[in-house]
Amino acid sequence: MMQELLRADNLCKTFKISKKQQRIEKTSEKTKVAVDRLSFCAYEGEVFGLLGPNGAGKTTTLRMLATLIKPDSGDAVINGSSITSDPNGVRSKIGFLTSELKLEDFFTPNYLFDFFSELYGVAPEVRNERKKRLFEKFGIDTFAEVKVANLSTGMKQKVSLVISLVNDPQIIIFDEPTNGLDVITAKVVTDFLLELKAEKKTILVSTHIFSLIEKICDRVGIIIQGKMVVCDTLANITAEKSLEDKFFEIYEEVAGEQV
Amino acid sequence: MKKNILTIMKKEFARFFGDKRLVFTTILMPGLMIYVMYSFMGNGFASKFNTAEDYVYQVYTVNLPESFQDLKSDEAIHITEIETADEAGAVKTNLENQEADLLAVFPADFDEAVAAYDSMTAQGAAPNISLYYNSVSQTSSTIYRSFCEIFNQYESALANKFDINAAEGEQYDFATEKDTTAEIFSMMLPMLMMVFLFSGCIAIAPESIAGEKERGTIATLLVTPMKRSELALGKILSLSVIGLLSGISSFLGTFVSLPQMMGGMSDEVGMNVNVYSGADFIMLLLVILSTVLLIIGMISIISGLSKSVKEAGTAVTPLMIVVMVIAITSMMGGGAQEGFYWYLIPLYNSVQCMSGIFSFTMLPVNLIITVVINIIYTLLLVGGLTKIFDSEKIMYS
Repeated sequence: MMQELLRADNLCKTFKISKKQQRIEKTSEKTKVAVDRLSFCAYEGEVFGLLGPNGAGKTTTLRMLATLIKPDSGDAVINGSSITSDPNGVRSKIGFLTSELKLEDFFTPNYLFDFFSELYGVAPEVRNERKKRLFEKFGIDTFAEVKVANLSTGMKQKVSLVISLVNDPQIIIFDEPTNGLDVITAKVVTDFLLELKAEKKTILVSTHIFSLIEKICDRVGIIIQGKMVVCDTLANITAEKSLEDKFFEIYEEVAGEQV
Repeated sequence: MKKNILTIMKKEFARFFGDKRLVFTTILMPGLMIYVMYSFMGNGFASKFNTAEDYVYQVYTVNLPESFQDLKSDEAIHITEIETADEAGAVKTNLENQEADLLAVFPADFDEAVAAYDSMTAQGAAPNISLYYNSVSQTSSTIYRSFCEIFNQYESALANKFDINAAEGEQYDFATEKDTTAEIFSMMLPMLMMVFLFSGCIAIAPESIAGEKERGTIATLLVTPMKRSELALGKILSLSVIGLLSGISSFLGTFVSLPQMMGGMSDEVGMNVNVYSGADFIMLLLVILSTVLLIIGMISIISGLSKSVKEAGTAVTPLMIVVMVIAITSMMGGGAQEGFYWYLIPLYNSVQCMSGIFSFTMLPVNLIITVVINIIYTLLLVGGLTKIFDSEKIMYS
């Protein structure tokens, strides 16, 4: 039996809807349920993919797991730390990458790596070795002393990715890791995720890109309208038909809409 | 705990001091600007009230009496005696054009009329001297005042019953340089300092807190295992140090140039900044430091609640007005309040302390109350900022 490193239990999150938004969506309800009793688990050394359309609640789920926001009810335990009772414990154990976490333009990748390492309490020797390895892998070494403001979009994203790993986390949560990247950088990131998997890390990714799921995920959870409708191994889900066809079949069933 | 606060402070300093333009505009420029401006104003006042030394006043007289003939020997005055009413008309036109400085018209037999006149028994009006001048012209007003003075002295000399302060070389005014300096500094500096401190803080705090929020960089800090309170304290401490440097720069600029400015306005003011001792400056530094902490705390809370730097700038305006109003209370004079309860009021206590220090009337106990109470208020504000950093509604809405 593989060790369970992440377990989400009945996570719920509701957002207030502004008057303006109510008019746009033609609804009189004042709240929107973004995540509705979501439960799943991820095991050591596996890549778990959250698949779903825009607005399904993927990002909200990941933000709750990363302790940026608090669930209304439910809980999740990440490597022994609860996101509600021990958020700082969770923060020290995970690496979280999402496009909304920005790096300060004024600083260089080198400075930022050291700065965040200090906040995670990483010893300087360990930090230097880790920095050298990661910077080389992503080709950041030649840009190590260039201010973030002057880096290309792709390079910025690579620096963000490297910074999210300063604490060498056992559990890595990536929200749309290849969004906005060119094909070459996207491949570098995908290959790196496979390497991390080989290192027995647990990786949780959210995406709406089928090929990414097919390439790296062991298990998949399909989220539609805040609910986890299917959660199974990739092999089981794609036993009869391709992931894409299977997804649309499920979506029609649940959302009741013809795609 | 301490380590993360230091890490945050180091980062804030690296951000600030790494940007030469920011250092120049926030720290060097305020002091320099104030010094240049005040010195310039001082010189401007001085030149307005003093006429060039080699200037010769153009004075025209009609019927200049015997008793004032020795005016002619004054090298600074050129006296032209005129005879006719026509000529006098021409001189008046010149006065209007600021080409002549003064026209003095005496009665035909001035000396005799004065000798014959007795204010106790006289029926008619006293002999009259008409002095025509132009108050807009600097030289004309000056010579007008001198002539008034000369004639008044002459008049009192004619009927001298007693004198006031006539002994030469005797010191009658016991106001020392120290008193004058204390009076002016305790009126002006607390107000100016509050304004400078506030504008120094407003230049950095919204950028560091609302700016980081706006750019999404603060979320990156919030996913690290650092405590929210460490982030809040680290921010407020580092911003306060920068605010303090900016405040000290403005203070030095003012302190050094204020005597020049006040000296320019009036010849009687003797001011000397050396009357303040090291202890005065240490007290002042304590007050300023605790005030900066408090102001940074207040602006940080407002910035934390704002979505953008721009919004924070607008939201800070009411606080700025309050600070200005409180600052002006020092202008009302009267020295520092003595009751300790006045020193429990934030910001007002700082103004009172500075006023007290500059006028040498500061009670040490009130200074201690001010510093302690300001630190307590700041800690409460740190707590508030921690709550803000912890609130997803405020941070990610």
